[in-house]
Amino acid sequence: MLSGALLTIDGLCVAYDGSCALNGVSLQIHKGELICVVGANGAGKTSLIRSISGIVRSSSGIIKMNGVDITGMPPWEICERGIAQVAEGRQIFGSLSVEENLLLGGALKRAKAGQSETLEFVYQLFEKLCERRGQLAGTLSGGEQQMLAIGRAIMSKPEVVMFDEPSIGLSPALTDVMFRVVKSLHEQGATVLLVEQNVAKSLALANRGYVLENGSIVLHGSSDELLKNSEVQRAYLGL
Amino acid sequence: MLSLWLNVLASGILLGLVYGLVALGLTIIFGVMRVVNFAHGEMVVFGVYIGYWTVRLWNVPIIVAAVIAAVVMFAFGYLLEALIVKRFVNRPHHYQFIVFIGLSLLFSGTLLVAFGPDPRPTASQLSFQTVSLGLLTLDLARVQAAATAGLLIALLGAYLKFSPFGRSLRAAADNRLGGLIIGLNIPRVYAVTFGIGAACAGVAGALISPLFDAQPYLAVDFTLLAFVTVIVGGLGSFGGALLGGLVIGVAEAIAALMFTPSMKTALPYALLIIILVYRPRGFFGAKEI
Repeated sequence: MLSGALLTIDGLCVAYDGSCALNGVSLQIHKGELICVVGANGAGKTSLIRSISGIVRSSSGIIKMNGVDITGMPPWEICERGIAQVAEGRQIFGSLSVEENLLLGGALKRAKAGQSETLEFVYQLFEKLCERRGQLAGTLSGGEQQMLAIGRAIMSKPEVVMFDEPSIGLSPALTDVMFRVVKSLHEQGATVLLVEQNVAKSLALANRGYVLENGSIVLHGSSDELLKNSEVQRAYLGL
Repeated sequence: MLSLWLNVLASGILLGLVYGLVALGLTIIFGVMRVVNFAHGEMVVFGVYIGYWTVRLWNVPIIVAAVIAAVVMFAFGYLLEALIVKRFVNRPHHYQFIVFIGLSLLFSGTLLVAFGPDPRPTASQLSFQTVSLGLLTLDLARVQAAATAGLLIALLGAYLKFSPFGRSLRAAADNRLGGLIIGLNIPRVYAVTFGIGAACAGVAGALISPLFDAQPYLAVDFTLLAFVTVIVGGLGSFGGALLGGLVIGVAEAIAALMFTPSMKTALPYALLIIILVYRPRGFFGAKEI
């Protein structure tokens, strides 16, 4: 196991009612990296994110953040350790205002100090959210809701942000916007774990990538290696 | 005649505010946790007994009894959630029904063992005092109960709307998974929510203790009343609980006047049936059960 990794996952298994969703997944993320985990529907991508964040219990395996074992911790303690996520389906609070959604994202102890500066930063990043700060979040368009979900994650001042299929349900134009946002967050120093079905676009962005199939990592390497890999080209890139 | 109608209407509205507070407790618990507290009436009756005993033992004003009821019942609700209800929140509805019906029987039985089945009137000075306002002559106890209930409803509304914890509570009610994702301590939010719901019931019970004799069997009536109120207003709706309370309070008062006093309890149910036929989700209801 590499030393100095920010987030280390070793032999992670997740099972629902006896059927295996993740089967011995291992991966590492170093500070400042943007890595992606790509795979088809049902490969176990969401299970991976939910078990890292403590929402789904793993049956075996170890998850370490900054060298501390966080396996089995409840989600709120894991969030306090600096792991934020932009969930599949956004999971915003539709009946609360945009600003309330953001403030809730920044309600963790780790994020209390300088909360108003962080809010200011999010509003600069997403001007639409600033314009609509008093509006109910449920009245935002799909793309704006995705921005809100990202803004909410940024509010917790995370060390790692996990994106679970941020492009799902968005138009091709908005998908490009989304990937640009992920890229600019990474360029500003964020460590990112991007989980995506859109293999070509994710690998174009990432430093390294893992390919997840039926709950196991079948390939990993630098993005260039994966893009040139004949298996990846055939199965995911349609070449 | 006019003065009679006005008096009946006014006393209906006053009691309706207290019903609104009871219903609010039930609706907050349901709105956040999606569990239906079938022991809610027992919590009201606990409040009535707290009113009865604090007045009898220390001869305190009813307002003080209400504060004591709030603190005691909040702690009771919090612990009940953290020790028992918590284990059933994510189970199917019929599991929850059985647990809450069991709890309600346990609470009623405990009251019977402790205090016996006989009604105990709260010997408060307040029970006999009235206030006059133009054509209106109202029980002081009723005015005081309504004013306190109204104030508490407003304070609770403001707390839920503007405080950070209120925001967390509304977030948990809106999207539980979303709450887990942002690191909301859901078990704590649930325990506090249950505490708030129980405190609403307990305070309402203490406030009406000068008007109702303390008796274990009252609980069933209050549970049903809270249900009717909440369904009339719309499950999970804050404003709905208040409006439902007022509608039921006035309906009871008018039924007693227009027909016979024994019709008092029947009319709210007739109203419930009519409302369910024309507005199945109540006045403000939007959420699925």
